[in-house]
Amino acid sequence: MSIPQRPLLILAALALAAASFGLPGSAAAEVEKYAIDAAGGHASINFRIRHLNFGWVYGRFNTFSGTFTYDTEAAKNSSIELLIQTASVDSNQAERDKHLRNKDFLNVDKFPTATFKSTAYKEGLGSSELAGDLTLNGITKPISFQVEQLGNGPDPWGKYRRAFLGTAAIPLKEFGISDFGPTARNVELTFVIEGVRQ
Amino acid sequence: MRWRNTEDSYGVVSVALHWLMGFAVVGLFGLGVYMRSLTYADAWYLPGPYIHKSAGVLLFIVLAARLAWRFVSPPPRVPLTLTPLARRSAALVHVLFYVLLFAITLSGYLISTADGRPIEVFGWFAIPATVTSIPHQADLAGSVHLILAYCVMALAAVHALAALKHQFVDRDRTLLRMLGRGGLP
Repeated sequence: MSIPQRPLLILAALALAAASFGLPGSAAAEVEKYAIDAAGGHASINFRIRHLNFGWVYGRFNTFSGTFTYDTEAAKNSSIELLIQTASVDSNQAERDKHLRNKDFLNVDKFPTATFKSTAYKEGLGSSELAGDLTLNGITKPISFQVEQLGNGPDPWGKYRRAFLGTAAIPLKEFGISDFGPTARNVELTFVIEGVRQ
Repeated sequence: MRWRNTEDSYGVVSVALHWLMGFAVVGLFGLGVYMRSLTYADAWYLPGPYIHKSAGVLLFIVLAARLAWRFVSPPPRVPLTLTPLARRSAALVHVLFYVLLFAITLSGYLISTADGRPIEVFGWFAIPATVTSIPHQADLAGSVHLILAYCVMALAAVHALAALKHQFVDRDRTLLRMLGRGGLP
């Protein structure tokens, strides 16, 4: 009884496979995958922090990588993952950067990378909100970015790009990092995320 | 006392350079260790490194001048009472001092100029940056600077203990000679 049914089973399996992979316009095709264009210098991980009661110090992490997805049908399914090399901190002052890399601050020998993984995305008309887990100095905390969609479309060289601007303020102490006095308890992050669709 | 060294005694220039640099090296080491312990908003957080760097540049200049002076006016011969081993180790320690102090001052220069900024020397003049593209330059030069600074202090301890031993145990007037007094046995 079992022997004659085997070809039927195989046919059924083939038909299912064809339905799930071969047909155009299936739901999975709406999720666009992007590689962040760090190599081209069109994405950046920036920060700023107050210098006492005076100016702002702007800096960035020069070396990072990441990918994001964007679901054009259901934006809430979009996600992002970032991997930042903390030793690449650059505030345009070599001695300060050297100090920032030591154990009082970024502790880069022990924790050479920081990561951000999104957990939820809520798209609004003006600005959107991206929640996720930031791991910095070995400590993981949930943080939230205000996100602005900057633009999307074909570029002049045959690729399709999409870009966002995300801002967040994080309290340094919560990540085990010494702060810089009452005006500089928080560091403001500004991420420019431009990706090339894969 | 003469300016120049003679066959068996040190002149004013060598004596002054020796003690000036001795105190400068120990002082710079102390300031260096102290300023590394400071945190943001400490009173010495800014002036500490400023003085350390300025004095370090001056030390480099004096070091080069001292090396040049050895050729202009060679140091006196060593005491005849020294064993061959003592002669060789004294010579080695002196060479190591020069090597270490040049390496320490140059690595310090590479830390502070890693981003292309010059080093201001007490606001009198500035030393421009030259090498800026060694990977992780500030960190690498910083490690070299720190380790060699401890090495030179260890060497200074050996040097000082040896001088005290020669002065008070062997009684060969080594320390007095470095104060510009007395000839050689």
